[in-house]
Amino acid sequence: MTKQMITMTVNGEKKEVLAEPRELLIYVLREKMGMTGPHVGCETSHCGACTVEIDGKSVKSCTMFAAQAQGAEITTIEGLGSPDSLHVLQESFKEHHGLQCGYCTPGMITRAHRLLQANPNPTEEEVRFGIAGNICRCTGYQNIVKSILSAAAELNAAKEAAQ
Amino acid sequence: MKDEVTREERVTNLKGLGCSRKRVEDARFTQGKGNYVDDINLPGMLTGDFVRSPYAHARIKSINTDAAMALDGVIAVLTAKDLEPLGLHWMPTLAGDKQMVLADGKVLFQGQEVAFVVAKDRYIASDAVELVEVDYEELPVIVDPFKSMQSDVVLREDLDPKAPGAHGPRKHHNHIFTWEVGDEDGTNAVIDDADIVAEESMYYHRTHPCPLEPCGAVASMDKVNGKLTLWGTFQAPHVVRTVASLLSGIEEHNIRVVSPDIGGGFGNKVGVYPGYVCSIVASIVTGVPVKWVEDRMENLMSTAFARDYWMKGKISATKEGKITGLHCHVTADHGAFDACADPTKFPAGFMNICTGSYDIPIAYLGVDGVYTNKAPGGVSYRCSFRVTEAVYFIERMIEVLAIEMNMDAAELRRINFIKKEQFPYNSALGWEYDSGDYHTAWDKALKAVDYEGLRKEQAERVAAFKAGETRSIMGIGLSFFTEIVGAGPVKNCDILGMGMFDSCEIRIHPTGSAVARLGTISQGQGHATTFAQILASEIGISADSITIEEGDTDTAPYGLGTYGSRSTPVAGAAAAMVGRKIRAKAQMIAAYLLEVHDDDVEFDVDRFVVKGAPERFKTMSEIAYAAYNQAIPGLEPGLEAVSYYDPPNMTYPFGAYVCVMDIDVDTGVPTINRFCALDDCGTRINPMVIEGQVHGGLTEALAVALGQEIAYDDMGNCKTGTLMDFFLPTAWEVPNYETDFTVTPSPHHPIGAKGVGESPHVGGVPCFSNAVQEAFRPFGNRHTNMPHDHWRIWKTANDLGMHD
Repeated sequence: MTKQMITMTVNGEKKEVLAEPRELLIYVLREKMGMTGPHVGCETSHCGACTVEIDGKSVKSCTMFAAQAQGAEITTIEGLGSPDSLHVLQESFKEHHGLQCGYCTPGMITRAHRLLQANPNPTEEEVRFGIAGNICRCTGYQNIVKSILSAAAELNAAKEAAQ
Repeated sequence: MKDEVTREERVTNLKGLGCSRKRVEDARFTQGKGNYVDDINLPGMLTGDFVRSPYAHARIKSINTDAAMALDGVIAVLTAKDLEPLGLHWMPTLAGDKQMVLADGKVLFQGQEVAFVVAKDRYIASDAVELVEVDYEELPVIVDPFKSMQSDVVLREDLDPKAPGAHGPRKHHNHIFTWEVGDEDGTNAVIDDADIVAEESMYYHRTHPCPLEPCGAVASMDKVNGKLTLWGTFQAPHVVRTVASLLSGIEEHNIRVVSPDIGGGFGNKVGVYPGYVCSIVASIVTGVPVKWVEDRMENLMSTAFARDYWMKGKISATKEGKITGLHCHVTADHGAFDACADPTKFPAGFMNICTGSYDIPIAYLGVDGVYTNKAPGGVSYRCSFRVTEAVYFIERMIEVLAIEMNMDAAELRRINFIKKEQFPYNSALGWEYDSGDYHTAWDKALKAVDYEGLRKEQAERVAAFKAGETRSIMGIGLSFFTEIVGAGPVKNCDILGMGMFDSCEIRIHPTGSAVARLGTISQGQGHATTFAQILASEIGISADSITIEEGDTDTAPYGLGTYGSRSTPVAGAAAAMVGRKIRAKAQMIAAYLLEVHDDDVEFDVDRFVVKGAPERFKTMSEIAYAAYNQAIPGLEPGLEAVSYYDPPNMTYPFGAYVCVMDIDVDTGVPTINRFCALDDCGTRINPMVIEGQVHGGLTEALAVALGQEIAYDDMGNCKTGTLMDFFLPTAWEVPNYETDFTVTPSPHHPIGAKGVGESPHVGGVPCFSNAVQEAFRPFGNRHTNMPHDHWRIWKTANDLGMHD
């Protein structure tokens, strides 16, 4: 099948990649760009392990063609923090034991990041509804919810302090 | 030398037993830097993909691979004919049966592996799968084990119908084994003469562990050096190495098996699957690495189902409610091949723990394993070898007996609990329970939920429903469970002849940090965090200075892996024992350095001190340095040790759970208002990790009890092959859990610890199920089968006339 050049910005870096029109974004990210943070859990949009952020929206990259991301701004878990400066959510998941096997974690944190952008001060119910598209088999969600609420409080406190 | 740091600070810095140490694994997982099998990308690596059978039972008349082979980028298409010369078209199962690697003449379940395509990338492989032409002739399908035992249709034509199987004589050509424990005649006599007898039949439905990461492997045969490396989703990497060696003929030292990070296991990754074998063969054939990773549909349809037990029980009691006998018969649907992952001598796992937490003087268990046209498996989904089935059975029988006697089920349990002073307790079906204090745990849990208050509230709700004031009823689910975890001992627990010990090896570096390796492999349990805590307390080196490694058979000592909650009871014990070896040598070094007799120094947190003169001491760092750099008469240089631990007994964690639930009888929707879980896992290593395990296990219990199932139609079509049909709870359906604990240490474990990861699943399933069923008890319900999805709950209400 004829390949085409796709241009996108991934974690702030402009990338060009050759891909067939049928290639899914998750495989292009994982196998052609080395971004193995987002995972494949179902390939049917149910589990959310492949969640990335595209142009300010949470997207399940297992059911989107890479070609559809032409010109898009993409953020993956690799773009949220760095080893020297973890994102508040990354710290919070560690602090509150919000992960176990780690397979859902990149998608979960990426989703939580977008959720807090859209709603910086969510209730527990809003968090639970907001992450209902991301499945975790290990934690029972209780500590994930705690991690997200705690991160929200911390981000809000930091924002207030800055003002 | 003046010690600036207080003893309390030294204990804190150690991060040893009992503290909620944050997990060291989390740094990489939160940054997307985990390394799971599908993350492995080797130069020149090919992709393997399966052609699978659309039929549940069919003869294969021909397979034509020409069109697939003609596709650009396809390297090979393997069928049974290609594997036969290598003797690899069939493989032994963990249960002593054999299983087709690729369909040999016929297929026996939908989704069975028929051919293995090897191509340059996943897309070409998928295209080629479509191009393989298989001519099938449909055969009669059997999905019901009772019909299977009556049918003339022979499912397993490869077996001599008259020859015994791996577990003794077979009664029928579709029969696998009969396993009996206990005194049947004696039990029947007691039941026949009893004041009260309750009988019930129940089906514990087929389900699936469904970890978020599916199964997969990367095989790389290095033909220059003759070395095979196999990365994969293996809960028991050392066993995989031995089996791979026995099957392939490659000497074991030339095989390296690596379990990288594993994205959840829950029993799914114990089995050996055709994909592993085919990727090895394909790498040997092609000379380049070959990756095989199943997709979700393949995972649900072909690898490792759990449960599928038809259980029939009789329980007898005196008029006062004292249980006198228990009879249980199970018809076990094992699917097309007996691939259950149980210790060899236990073809129905530890189902004979089905007397539960109760002092039952006489009991009998009989299990008949049966072949059907369903996927093979029978793994322990978040439990130790069929314990979920056993505990569900007894906890339902207790409820049914309570109904029969018109008695409160909490009180009935209390009357029959094994008493604290009876431990170690020998059960009627052959186990020696190590320790327990059930009454204390039960009373604490009931008090926490105000049990009497709940019963009053429930009675008011029943009255309101009957008066037409509400359409919502209330269920109070109870369960009390005893788990049996930590297999061995080797004398009665082995898998394919491999004894179920485990191991820990530690190397202390000269500057006082360490690396320790174990025969287990974490799949999310946090071993790198908690095993370091055990070692820290034993050897006086901070957990932060101890690296834990598992899963690489070239470096880790041999062990039987992680499943059945055996890591802490067995490998955790090995860690404690290896720590004690280190400490013994450290004591000699310290005594030499302090110029006193060995007996004149004693261990204190992170050092050895001279007895009666605590200002004279040597820290473990100083001792480690001296171990390498100072010539000490009579001692070899270095500070390292290995320990292989064969447990004298299993450990018996227990717990008391209460679930409070509302049910809308018109929609069938349950709402969980409270769930209180009290667990006793003996000595607690890391309370934070324990609580996380409890939350997770309860959620998997909720799933199984309230909707998760692998269902087939009469044609053997798997109706639940995607996450659209197979229920995995989201954050929206799951409640907040309240957790509590008591501590009854194991008397035989070096640090008194028991397993815990699976307890909440074992105790949780009956608790959720009992909550649903108990809600309908005042309206005449006795027993309904799981899963209690909305439709089935609605149907229960409808059958009881609650919609009239």
